[in-house]
Amino acid sequence: MAIERFPIEAGHVLMFARAIGDPNPVYAGTDATAASEVGAIPAPPTFVTASAQFDEDYPLRPKPGQPWFGSGKNATGAPPTVPSGGSGGGGTSLHAEQHYEYHRPLVVGDVLHARGRTGEQWEKQGRSGTLKFTELITEYLDESDEVVITARTVAVLTEGPK
Amino acid sequence: MSISAAALQVGDTKELLLVDDLTRTQIVMYAGASGDYNPLHSDEKFAREVAGYPGIFAHGMLSMGMTGRIVTDWFGDGRLAKYGVRFVRQVWPGDTLTATATVDAVREEAGVHYADVSIVTVNQDGTAVVSGTATARLDP
Repeated sequence: MAIERFPIEAGHVLMFARAIGDPNPVYAGTDATAASEVGAIPAPPTFVTASAQFDEDYPLRPKPGQPWFGSGKNATGAPPTVPSGGSGGGGTSLHAEQHYEYHRPLVVGDVLHARGRTGEQWEKQGRSGTLKFTELITEYLDESDEVVITARTVAVLTEGPK
Repeated sequence: MSISAAALQVGDTKELLLVDDLTRTQIVMYAGASGDYNPLHSDEKFAREVAGYPGIFAHGMLSMGMTGRIVTDWFGDGRLAKYGVRFVRQVWPGDTLTATATVDAVREEAGVHYADVSIVTVNQDGTAVVSGTATARLDP
């Protein structure tokens, strides 16, 4: 995964803060923002997950003219063989862990880019079969190429719904 | 707002109600804001008939996002050095979630003061849905 340009925008941060139910006025760009220690609208701690909006190839967003695995007329508009990153015919990929390391506060006005790499991979025996774990490390860098946030995602592929 | 290391002790704890009766609409808001449109989280027909779940469930990242409030409310904005969680159980529409954070350590590293906290978010049955840790920068 690579994201070339992820601008941290005020409207996006506000809608994200509302979605996580955080009423902190610092996210609204009000007097509370000006009076805050950061002195700008900070991004909520998990905000960089919304970089998906700026990933052209992100598989969990419907794209015009392409089959989508969610329902329209039928339960699924795409054959189960379509790689979904979510759920297809065989197993389900679930988010097992998420970790962030913050090198400095991320604020509105920052423009990030991201590069990801696969980390460790391992297997574990679960109650309903083999669980395959994969780690993805993503670095979010600012315009000076300084790392602002390092993200570590652990995904698990199960053999079916739990 | 910030917290002084001198004012904080191991074992200090805070509790925060994150959401009472989580709505499907809030899960949709999160899909829109985050960009994760996986139909497992908004498409009841898909979740039941194709994926075989009892219904839609919340994004793990929504639970993590909501849980993050307990550390930003406590330690201030822009104060986090680390925040990580394990997704323990699924969160369903109608769930009520409460987060608890507990100070595990107050320490100094290269002249900077930090608090390490452990965090757990439970549902209305007291079952953990998210558990993790965070490290926040403190004033001396």
